[in-house]
Amino acid sequence: MSILINKDTRLIVQGITGRDGSFHAAKMKEYGTNVVGGTSPGKGGQEVDGIPVFNTVREAVEATKANTSIIFVPAPFAKDAMLEAADAGIKLIICITEGIPVVDAVIAQRYIQVKGAHLIGPNCPGLISPELSMVGIMPSNIFKKGHTGVISRSGTLTYEVVDNLTKAGMGQSTAIGVGGDPVVGLYFEDLLQMFQDDPDTDSIALIGEIGGDAEEHAAAYIKEHITKPVVAFIDGRTAPPGKQMGHAGAIISSSSGSAADKIAAFEAAGVPVAMESCEIPGLLKKLMEKVK
Amino acid sequence: MKVHEYQAKEFFAQYGLPVDSPILCRSVDECVDAYHQLGSGRVVVKAQVHTGGRGKAGGVKLAASEEEVRKVSSDILGMTIKGYVVDRVLVTEAVNIDKEYYVSILIDRKSKSPLMMLSRAGGMDIEQVAKETPEKIEKIVIDPLIGMADFQARAAAYKLFDDKAVVKQAIPLFKNLYRLFIEKDASLAEINPLVLTKEGQLKAIDAKMTFDNNALYRHSDVAELNEPTEDEKKELYAKSKGFSYVNLGGNIGCMVNGAGLAMATMDMIKLYGGNPANFLDIGGSSNPEKIVDAMNLLMSDQHVKVILINIFGGITRCDDVAKGLLEAFKSIKTDMPIVIRLTGTNAEEGRRLLQNSHFIVATTMADAGHKAVEAMNNL
Repeated sequence: MSILINKDTRLIVQGITGRDGSFHAAKMKEYGTNVVGGTSPGKGGQEVDGIPVFNTVREAVEATKANTSIIFVPAPFAKDAMLEAADAGIKLIICITEGIPVVDAVIAQRYIQVKGAHLIGPNCPGLISPELSMVGIMPSNIFKKGHTGVISRSGTLTYEVVDNLTKAGMGQSTAIGVGGDPVVGLYFEDLLQMFQDDPDTDSIALIGEIGGDAEEHAAAYIKEHITKPVVAFIDGRTAPPGKQMGHAGAIISSSSGSAADKIAAFEAAGVPVAMESCEIPGLLKKLMEKVK
Repeated sequence: MKVHEYQAKEFFAQYGLPVDSPILCRSVDECVDAYHQLGSGRVVVKAQVHTGGRGKAGGVKLAASEEEVRKVSSDILGMTIKGYVVDRVLVTEAVNIDKEYYVSILIDRKSKSPLMMLSRAGGMDIEQVAKETPEKIEKIVIDPLIGMADFQARAAAYKLFDDKAVVKQAIPLFKNLYRLFIEKDASLAEINPLVLTKEGQLKAIDAKMTFDNNALYRHSDVAELNEPTEDEKKELYAKSKGFSYVNLGGNIGCMVNGAGLAMATMDMIKLYGGNPANFLDIGGSSNPEKIVDAMNLLMSDQHVKVILINIFGGITRCDDVAKGLLEAFKSIKTDMPIVIRLTGTNAEEGRRLLQNSHFIVATTMADAGHKAVEAMNNL
């Protein structure tokens, strides 16, 4: 088992003829993801790496029964791509594109929600259920099938954490990068609950960072609703206030967003916080011993 | 991106919001001219800087005669507020204030929607109000697919005002503020205070706007108002090279692929007793040209004494990254200790390629952190 994606995932790639779209479509297919089609307006009828290309998402869905979409189109067109996917009945939309205006993300996110679908991202690395399906741009070789769920606001830091987990013998049920923008789709609380409900997940690593107060809400949620062991890590303890640290969402304002507040919230909720990413597997193992 | 009050007021005016008619001045003489031009007897002289707390710093003063205008404007022009030198002031008519209110719109991360905040406790530091008396702040979540509906604007107006005539003025004001916020891709549009004058008129006597950097490509009228500080100029230069850079003032320069890993790297250096010089995310690929640009950026900081390169070779193979590094360092002249950590696909092969160079090769991130701090301590 896993969350959100598995062997039944039927994926289309929006922007499949672009440099990133074609590269990652091939990588995902190679990994075993069921990539059933792609879209690129004006290029319908072509093929990319044996994958049929359609002009519109609706055509692609009708022809392939796709239920999931991954978006690689440039930022100025990403909102429209998200709306198009939701309108065509896609139920899980993963937007990789970075640099999307917040207002665009807000509108797309809301429309996707109204359509009863889920959004992951934008500005995210996607997600992977090892050995089942990968919908994203992650280096698949570092992941291993197992029982730890990983939720992260970052890309490469997720790889670092996963690499540590895998080397410590802890595989992953599903690993998700939720995205580094201030407004993204599925977030900590949604995903924590999905992992709680997933029988194949026995522990959760949550990687937060400075900016906003989602970690504080997550800490409260864990205390109320999550019985599986959770370890947190907060990135950006040395970040100065008022400066955006790469991710558009990683900025400490005068009223919220500091690492200290987030760490305090997790500690108050009884969630251990790792001081460096390599401590995460050890802390998780310790918690799981306790549960036994 | 920040803009000045007078620029925010120009946007307000474009959207039909009631603002005073301020005059921008860059010298004492211009202030005196403005005083006579306004002809209102009493004026306010306000420093125009990209920071809050102007009033507390003495950057906002009332003047009721030519002599006073001369005095306060010469005090304010040239003063430094939180590191910003005042090179311009706004001279504006002093209005007869009956009551002060607070109104703003921002993007709320939790509801993932635009949020209007309102308070009858206007003119005060709103963050302090939020902390000490949160019950004094009203919040209205706006559905982005609908926009600000009439009933919401009406509800917002009734939260602030008891007089029907004032409510009637407030409704279009709130709707226009929302339209401005969305159409210009603002991240904040704030009126503090929105005043009710003794004559019964609503007026925005202050205006604050910040804008979404990701949307500047579609708003040239906003983008042209950018006035980067010295620090921000370096950040913008880095951005033009495809990097994200923030100076932190320490002495261990960091070069990392990915923002999250870059933050974790600087946190780790600090944890091990060192001082990170910067945040630097060089992004996905790591071709030699990029490494050279990043090294030049790091070495332009006089405080940097040791460099730590932390690359998680995801889709790019580590042996390719190593070759890129070796190629790049053919053209970089430095005696600085350089610690390199490479991991990912073909990591061992990558590390082997670097072994015989002058790099200090680390195996794990923690190992790299310790080696960098040690190299710094040995200098």
